[in-house]
Amino acid sequence: MNLSEETLSKIDELIPRYPEKRSAALMVIHLVQEELGAVDLEASEWIAEKLEIQPINIRELITFYPMLRETAWGEKHVRVCRTLPCALRGSYATCKKFEEKLGVKEGHVSEDGKYSIEFMECLADCGEGPVVMVGDQTFENIDEKDADKMADLILKNKLDDSKKFISYEKAVDSVKPSKA
Amino acid sequence: MKWKFLDRKSGKPIYLICNADESEPGTFKDRQIIHKDPHQLIEGMMISAFAIQAKQAFIYIRAEFFEGAKILERAILEAKEKGFCGDNILGSGYSCDLVVHRGAGAYICGEETGLIESLEGKRPNPRIKPPYFPAVLGLYQCPTIVNNVETLCNVKHIMEMGGENFSKIGKPNNTGTRIWCVSGQVKNPGYFEFECGALTLGEMIHDVCGGLLPGRSLQAVIPGGSSAKVLRADERFQGTLKDGTDFDWGIEDIPLDFDGPMAAGTMSGSGGIVIMDDTVDIVEAMANVNAFYAHESCGQCTPCREGSLWMKKITSRMCSGDAREEDADLLLSVANQIEGRTICAFGEAAAWPTQSFVTKFRKDFLAKAKSQKRKKDSMQLI
Ligand SMILES: Cc1cc2nc3c(=O)[nH]c(=O)nc-3n(C[C@H](O)[C@H](O)[C@H](O)COP(=O)(O)O)c2cc1C
Ligand code: SF4
Ligand code: FES
Repeated sequence: MNLSEETLSKIDELIPRYPEKRSAALMVIHLVQEELGAVDLEASEWIAEKLEIQPINIRELITFYPMLRETAWGEKHVRVCRTLPCALRGSYATCKKFEEKLGVKEGHVSEDGKYSIEFMECLADCGEGPVVMVGDQTFENIDEKDADKMADLILKNKLDDSKKFISYEKAVDSVKPSKA
Repeated sequence: MKWKFLDRKSGKPIYLICNADESEPGTFKDRQIIHKDPHQLIEGMMISAFAIQAKQAFIYIRAEFFEGAKILERAILEAKEKGFCGDNILGSGYSCDLVVHRGAGAYICGEETGLIESLEGKRPNPRIKPPYFPAVLGLYQCPTIVNNVETLCNVKHIMEMGGENFSKIGKPNNTGTRIWCVSGQVKNPGYFEFECGALTLGEMIHDVCGGLLPGRSLQAVIPGGSSAKVLRADERFQGTLKDGTDFDWGIEDIPLDFDGPMAAGTMSGSGGIVIMDDTVDIVEAMANVNAFYAHESCGQCTPCREGSLWMKKITSRMCSGDAREEDADLLLSVANQIEGRTICAFGEAAAWPTQSFVTKFRKDFLAKAKSQKRKKDSMQLI
């Protein structure tokens, strides 16, 4: 197990927040997964030891929760919302467009490990559907045409500089709090 | 409020949990509060924690809110610096730590006992009630209060205005404000806070959301998150309200409060209103909703695990060119065998859409068997 000092210290800071160590399981798994991309058997055993529980107690979480992974997603992971409100505004076409452009089917990782797509359940932003997440950023109203342009930017690794596609998170952050 | 059920005499520590799992399809209000006004939530939580003398408080936030979790962490640090939470809050001698806990993409973590299991580091399998009412046997088998983000924010305003003034907002038995989330096929979807009962569904669609898309007419509305029973645009709703007044409503006359949707045989649930216009292929919409529940069942109860999967399989088959005339009744029989036979209310949440869609849109299900095709102009929904 090779975890950075930073992750290790975050884990050590996290565990005592809880009345019982086992409660920290999801948070520790998230930290490990953020660094390693996935939580394999060895990592599960390490986490279990850290939390003084059995490896199966970690494995059963990873196999249950949709966002926990035994194998890593691609370097660029695209999530498209599938659920009804987004579908009513065209998310199936959005997802197809990403599949076509990134050359990988939803639920899969491209052979070179660069891209992956996940057709997800409701991302809780239904008023601005179709909703798409790239990494940890949320993009709203991404119809088929936008998906086409966005995929180009992802392929060129230029989405972060885009003036057209500004994520929900960045937009919220850019609003300065008014002095009441 | 359910705080009155809290077991204060057990001598065990008391916990407060904010349910920020927000995963009921059609609901997106907690997201806005967390990202745009996290301190409102923290204030509401600390007041609530003090009121119930909680030993510790948690915010259980869905993991897809990556930034939301960071914002909350930052806001908690700020609040700690000012002495609003943590040790010896504002010199009162009362201490309560607030911890942000991220879920991992499972809808069932929104169910309060599933959430508690998840926060204990386990699979989020809901617990059976009785005996596991959180207010008595919650987190670590200690008395626990689980409230939604919006509820805990309300606590702040109730304290500020005084309970009496707060209860003057809205209508009798339907007090306070609610954040309604409108999605689907209207010109301007979004989230809107109104006093309870301040407007009707029709006013919401036409005046607030700018109406339907050009040339379209209303076909169906899901009024309270995807678990709520669907309403058909040409239904009439008649009966007597709790306060004794008679009502005779078309769909657009239904008042947006708690009792209105209830009187129309559905619920205001999470406040997520999903609008479907006349282009929508109803069987595909049903298949979409069923795919959600099949994906999200925790699998503990056989009727829910198997039933939600079969409802998905049947409706998906119907949409792939093999719809049969007997499918409508088959779907109903599966749904009826889930309702009331499960550990948690997910069973009902999964059964109600099918029961209401099939009963109210029976013609569409029968027509599918004849045409086998997607309705012209409908978006692909499955
Ligand atoms: C299947 C299921 C899913 C739920 N999902 C959520 C959710 O995502 N967010 C939420 O606040 N409540 C959810 N609830 C309701 C909670 O169990 C609980 O009633 C709620 O947190 C209580 O909050 P309140 O009393 O403040 O409204 C869900 C319930 C069920 C049965
Ligand atoms: S009703 Fe469904 S989700 Fe709820 S406990 Fe049973 S199987 Fe799990
Ligand atoms: S349905 Fe897509 S965000 Fe809710």
